[in-house]
Amino acid sequence: MFKVQVIIKRRPSILDPQGKAVEKGAFNMGLTNIKDTRIGKFVEFAVEAVNKEEAVKEIEEYCHKLLSNPIMEDYEYTMEEVL
Amino acid sequence: MKPKFGVVVFPGSNCDHDAYYALKKDLGFDVSFLWHKDKDLQSSDVIILPGGFSYGDYLRSGAVARFSPIMNSVIEFANKGGIVIGICNGFQVLVEAGLLPGVLLKNNSLQFICKDIYLKVTNKNTIFTKGIPDKIIKIPIAHGEGNYFAETATISELNDNNLIAFKYVDAEGNETVEANPNGSIQNIAGIVNKQGNVLGMMPHPERACSSMLGKTDGVFIFKSLVSELLS
Repeated sequence: MFKVQVIIKRRPSILDPQGKAVEKGAFNMGLTNIKDTRIGKFVEFAVEAVNKEEAVKEIEEYCHKLLSNPIMEDYEYTMEEVL
Repeated sequence: MKPKFGVVVFPGSNCDHDAYYALKKDLGFDVSFLWHKDKDLQSSDVIILPGGFSYGDYLRSGAVARFSPIMNSVIEFANKGGIVIGICNGFQVLVEAGLLPGVLLKNNSLQFICKDIYLKVTNKNTIFTKGIPDKIIKIPIAHGEGNYFAETATISELNDNNLIAFKYVDAEGNETVEANPNGSIQNIAGIVNKQGNVLGMMPHPERACSSMLGKTDGVFIFKSLVSELLS
């Protein structure tokens, strides 16, 4: 079994009004050096697979088709085999 | 022949009954509900993907609904030329399913907006818009994620092929920044696919079908479609 952690980020070309709004909060707190805040998603899950190759196939399909929308998001993940 | 409408019910749909009521009671058409776990479209001529928050809008609006069993049948139906209208959350499901290009981002104001807006018909030659009289129509919106976005190439393709059905305008028909409620690129409120059988729009025509509710411009869209189907 593999444990997987995925980070989904908005693509750089997509505006992130949520990030901008949160950054305003930082400014109001007095944190005036904060810049370029962007908000993404973090997903973790486990995959049952006979080997790493099979696991990657399933992870890629999950990430590409459902967890992210390639028009507005990019994803990256790490995986770790667990017993 | 009397065209039959099928309104899909996802867990979290909340305009399914509005659509059903408008089509059946206000307009007198045949309508059935289609359950998301079913595959049978019950010989519907037109499929409506209604507004709401399908599957809680978890992950992204429409992302989970797109993989429900009924959607496999809807996608197959649309690819064969079947008529599909996605309203609000239904539009979000259509872009997630790849039946329409682009994506709907969070409103640029970050606010959920529920109000009447004005629309200009940009393409009068679709089955959905042919019967709309030459005027600015008033239809309500109610969404938090209606900010239409697509890459420059996609937007050019929409313009070149005349696929933008509706744009947000002011009461006089001017396409201004102020008249754009959510930040949509080029004030886009609704688009059709190249084949012209799939319409996605953020405004709610089903909420503008009864004089008792104070507005009836939504009727034009459904009546246009039905008269095209009958002709």
